[in-house]
Amino acid sequence: MSDRPDEHRRRFELLAWATAALLLAALAIPWFLWQNSIVVAGLPLWLWWHVGWMGVASVVFWAFTRYGWGVGITGVQADG
Amino acid sequence: MAETTLQLTIVGAYMIVATAIGVVAYRLTERTAEDYYLASRTFGTVVLLFTTFATLLSAFTFFGGPNLVFSAGPEWILVMGLLDGIIFAILWYALGYKQWLVGQRHGYVTLGEMLGDRFGSRLLRGTVAAVSLFWLFPYVMLQQKGAGQAIVGLTDGAVPFWVGAGGITLFMILYVAVSGMRGVAWTDTLQGLVMLGLVWVAVAWILAAVGGPAAATERLGTSNPDFLALGGGLYTVEWMLSTAISIAFGVAMFPQINQRFFVARSQTVLKRTLALWPVLVVLLFVPAFMLGAWAAGLGVTVPENGNVIPAVLNEYTAGWFTAAVVAGAMAAMMSSSDSMLLSGASYLTRDIYRPFVRSEDTTADDEERERTAPAEQTDRREALIARAGVVVFATLSFVASLYAPGTLVQIGDTAFGGFAQLAFPVLVALYWAQTTRWGMYAGVGGSQLFYLATVFVPVVPGSYLGGWSASVVGMVLGLVLTVGVSLATSASPGEDATVYSVSSVESD
Repeated sequence: MSDRPDEHRRRFELLAWATAALLLAALAIPWFLWQNSIVVAGLPLWLWWHVGWMGVASVVFWAFTRYGWGVGITGVQADG
Repeated sequence: MAETTLQLTIVGAYMIVATAIGVVAYRLTERTAEDYYLASRTFGTVVLLFTTFATLLSAFTFFGGPNLVFSAGPEWILVMGLLDGIIFAILWYALGYKQWLVGQRHGYVTLGEMLGDRFGSRLLRGTVAAVSLFWLFPYVMLQQKGAGQAIVGLTDGAVPFWVGAGGITLFMILYVAVSGMRGVAWTDTLQGLVMLGLVWVAVAWILAAVGGPAAATERLGTSNPDFLALGGGLYTVEWMLSTAISIAFGVAMFPQINQRFFVARSQTVLKRTLALWPVLVVLLFVPAFMLGAWAAGLGVTVPENGNVIPAVLNEYTAGWFTAAVVAGAMAAMMSSSDSMLLSGASYLTRDIYRPFVRSEDTTADDEERERTAPAEQTDRREALIARAGVVVFATLSFVASLYAPGTLVQIGDTAFGGFAQLAFPVLVALYWAQTTRWGMYAGVGGSQLFYLATVFVPVVPGSYLGGWSASVVGMVLGLVLTVGVSLATSASPGEDATVYSVSSVESD
C-alpha cells in the first residue's frame, strides 16, 4: 500500500475500467427482457438491445484505447 | 446435373484462387521460422483484424450456429455476441496486449515457449503444447466434417461426404506446406471480406423473396412462437453464461488465435482492432444466424446431417449463388484450418520436437550444436518435421471426421472447453509474480484431468449446480489449484518471475 497520489490514481483507473468491462459483459444479454417477445421493426426487441449494446461496447473500447490503454499492465501513458 | 457441375466449378475455382494467393505470399516469404509462423510480426490493422476474424469464421460459426438457431431459437446470437464481441475483446487486451509486450521483448512464438521460459520447465512447455494439439484435433475435424456436409447438401447427395471432407483436407495440406502465416493471413483477409459481403447479399435476397424482415419474423412467430421470446428451452441462464465464458476463454487459448497475440506490428494495430471488434461481430452474426431462424419460420426442410444455410439458399436464391456461399464458407473453413495447422506445427516443432527429441539426440547445448551442425540443416529438418506433422495430423482428423458422432456445435464446444482450461493458469502466471512451477503443474494438469474425465468417463457428470457446464467448473478448479499450490510451494531453481515484468517498458 502506498499513499502516493499517482498510486491512488492508478488503482482508481484500474477499478473504473474493470467495472466498465464487467458492465459491458453483464448487459450484452438483456436479462431484464427475459421471456419478452415484443418485435420491433422485424426483429425481437432483445436483439435490438444487443445490437445497440455492441455499438456501445465499440465506443467504450475505443475510449479505452485512447484514455485507458496500459491500465493494469504498464500503467496509463500520459499521452494515451 | 448441369447445375451440380456449375456449382462444383464455382467451389473449385474459388479454392484455386485462394491457393494462388497463398503461393504469391509464399514468394514474398523469407524462409525463416519467424516469417513462416509470424510473418515477421508485421501485421497491420486490416490484416490482423480480418485474419483473427476469419479464424473465428469457421464451420462452427457458419454452419453450426445457424443449425442451432434453426432448431433452438435465435438467442445464440446473444451468446456468440457476448463471448466474441465482449469477453474475447477484453481478453484481447488482458492476455493479448500483455503477451504482445512479453513476446516482443523475448521473441516468443508460442504459448509454451512463453511459459516454459518463465518457469524454467521443459515439462510445462511440452505439456501446454501437447494439450493444445489434443484439443486442436477435434476442431480441425469439425472443419472437415462441415466441408463434407456442405458438399453433400449442395449437390443433394450426388457427391459423397468423403469427397468434400477429403478435398478440403488436400487443399489445407497443400496450402500450409507452401505458404506459412503470411499466405494464411492474406487469404484470411480475402475470406473475411467475401463472407461478410455474401452473408448480407443472402439476407437481402431471401428477405426480398418473402416480403421483408417483418413478414419473415411474423412467420417465425406463427410457426415457433417460443423462438421470439428471450430464453426458454435450451437457453437457460446457466447454459448461456457457461457456453459464452467457456468458448471465449477457449478461443483466447486456441493456438492460432493465441499466436496472433504475438504478430501485431505495433500497439496501434492492437488498439484499432479492439475498437472495431464488437461491430464486426454484430455485422456477421446477426445476419448469419437470423437466416437460420427465419428458415425455421419459412418451413425449410434440412436433410439429415445437412446444414440449414445451403438448404434455405437453395430454396430462395439461385443455384450459383448457393454455390458461391458454400465456396466462401469452405474457403473460410480452409483458412481457419490452415491457421490451426500452422500454429499446431509450430507447437510441435518448437515445444515438443526441439526440447524433447532434438536435445536428446545429442548432449550438446544449443550453441554447441550450432557449431557442429550448420543452422541451415537444422532449420530444414524442422521445416520438414512441421510439414510432415501437418500431413499426418490432417489425414488422421479427416479419417476421424468420417466416423465422429455429434453436431458441429457439440464438437466445437467440447474442443473450446478443453482450451479454456488453460486460460486461468496462464492469466495467473502473467499477472501474479508469486506463481510457481508447481502451481502451474497443478492448475494445468488438474483442470485438464477433470475436464477429460467429464468428456470421456460416462459416470462423471457434465453439468453442475443446476446447469453450469463442466468446462466452467474445470476453469474454476484450475484457478484454485494454480493459486493454492503456488501459495503452498516456493519458486524452484530456474524460475524467473521478472520475465513477464513489462511495467517499465514502453514499446511501440
